[in-house]
Amino acid sequence: MRKFKEFIIEKLILLSGLTSIFFVVLIFLFLLKEGLSVFQIVTPCDFLFGKSWYPISEPAQLGILPLMMGSLIITLGATIISVPIGVACAVYIAEVAPSRIKEILKAGIELLAAIPSVVLGFIGMMTLVPWIKNVFHLPTGLTALSGSVMLAFMAMPTIVSIAEDALYSVPKSYKEGALALGATHWQTIYRIIVPAASSGILAAVMLGIGRVIGETMAVMMITGNAAVIPTSILQPVRTLTATIAAEMGEAVVGSEHYFALFAIGIVLFIISFIINVTSDLFLHRERK
Amino acid sequence: MYPRIKPILALSMIAIFGVSPLLAKPQEDSLQIKGSDTMVNLAQSWAEDFMQNNPNSFVAVTGGGSGTGIASLINGTCDIAMSSRTIKPKEIELAKKKNVFPYEIKVALDGLAVVVHPQNPIGKLTVDQLAQIFSGRIVNWKDVGGDDKEIVILSREVNSGTHVYFKEHVLRKMNPQSQEEFSPKALLLSSSQAIADEVATNPSAIGYYGMGYISKRQKAISIAQDEQSAYVEPTIENVTAQKYPISRPLYVYTNGEPQGFVKIFIDFGLSPQGQKVVLINDFVPLLK
Repeated sequence: MRKFKEFIIEKLILLSGLTSIFFVVLIFLFLLKEGLSVFQIVTPCDFLFGKSWYPISEPAQLGILPLMMGSLIITLGATIISVPIGVACAVYIAEVAPSRIKEILKAGIELLAAIPSVVLGFIGMMTLVPWIKNVFHLPTGLTALSGSVMLAFMAMPTIVSIAEDALYSVPKSYKEGALALGATHWQTIYRIIVPAASSGILAAVMLGIGRVIGETMAVMMITGNAAVIPTSILQPVRTLTATIAAEMGEAVVGSEHYFALFAIGIVLFIISFIINVTSDLFLHRERK
Repeated sequence: MYPRIKPILALSMIAIFGVSPLLAKPQEDSLQIKGSDTMVNLAQSWAEDFMQNNPNSFVAVTGGGSGTGIASLINGTCDIAMSSRTIKPKEIELAKKKNVFPYEIKVALDGLAVVVHPQNPIGKLTVDQLAQIFSGRIVNWKDVGGDDKEIVILSREVNSGTHVYFKEHVLRKMNPQSQEEFSPKALLLSSSQAIADEVATNPSAIGYYGMGYISKRQKAISIAQDEQSAYVEPTIENVTAQKYPISRPLYVYTNGEPQGFVKIFIDFGLSPQGQKVVLINDFVPLLK
């Protein structure tokens, strides 16, 4: 009887595990089925490297290069802002902070992760956007920079919590050894602990980037959504995600526009797949 | 083990029975209205007055854009679609495939206001100047007699009927062969209110939306068809007299000729009382 129960439970867990994979496969197949049809209208090359996005014109121009560049510049900006702060914060929490401050900081960061992105977008629109416009004397504050700053806030909790875990998992003997050899606390952190946790930190960064590239609502509200290839971070941009969100409601089901939006979905899927696999590789390297 | 399962069971029971009233069939006298953001406030006022007169009825109004409304009429998720543009042949074709027969009813008129910041010295423009500004051929205010400032173009997203109307009637001047497009540098904002807010705070911005959104925080431009004709302000009198060059009809679409409850609601909208609501919402009543 007990064995039977074990058996049932085991199979149930196996089933749950398989379901998630099954869903991913289904989603991907659906994306492929809907998205690939667009290549009957435009060649993959024109789609990926076309410079203008006018989806509802006749004939429609479906080039997503400006959108990809938009996503790229925002992601780069957000990474440059969030990675140094996030990693430094993780080092402080894991190695330096007294336990009371540590608790407060951790709770604060978890709270940051809990703020819905639409709220962050709204706050950004009301505070950051006018500020950026005045500081840089721009014609408009709805720029890639505004998006990058807001997304940096969103990526920070991911980066901090995973990097902190990585720092914790460095064996204590490393630290003791370094201190015993006469290294200062800072030298120990800089020379021993951070390098030892480097692959975990890299994984944290990759996951943070994954969070940024998939974010939609906040960027749609504060980046201006102009489908132009950006030449500076102080220009309005349109991202892949915002394009899907803004246009899916309109697209006539079965039209070239509709298929093109699904094809953008495939591009996003591939990008986040690559990011996840890379971060996984880093994590596994750490375990060895 | 068992005591642990009981609360879970109880919870799931509550979940199932708690949700089931929501799954029940909606009552007979309920209406779903969806579509044009321009018309949301108007339809909402109609719905409120109507529900006061008919306490047993329930009318839900949601926005999303004209295309969104028509798409949900085709998919059967709304009873009435609001639209600030006529239905496209492609959409009719698609509707017929799904056994939906869109029926068009004109319910009001709307003047499309072009607005700038109150401090902008420009107070009048011709339709041709507008076309050149919005397509990106004029990029500085000094070229139309204003200050030496870069023009920031604000437009609605492509799912907006207002966007499509402005493109066809101002940029392309009703010429179906024209390939004119909005400048890729145009910022695409997701609502008329977002454009109103940005124009109110940005001295170099220009935007457009339905007359109902004009307030003291923006300045509405007087528009002339060409240099010989008079510049006309967007007011209710001028739109009624058909003097204002960019005004348009507003439509609702139903599946087939309206019947039953849908007909009662639309008749209410077209009645003198309903047309008074049109006026209160800063739209222009149909001529009787």
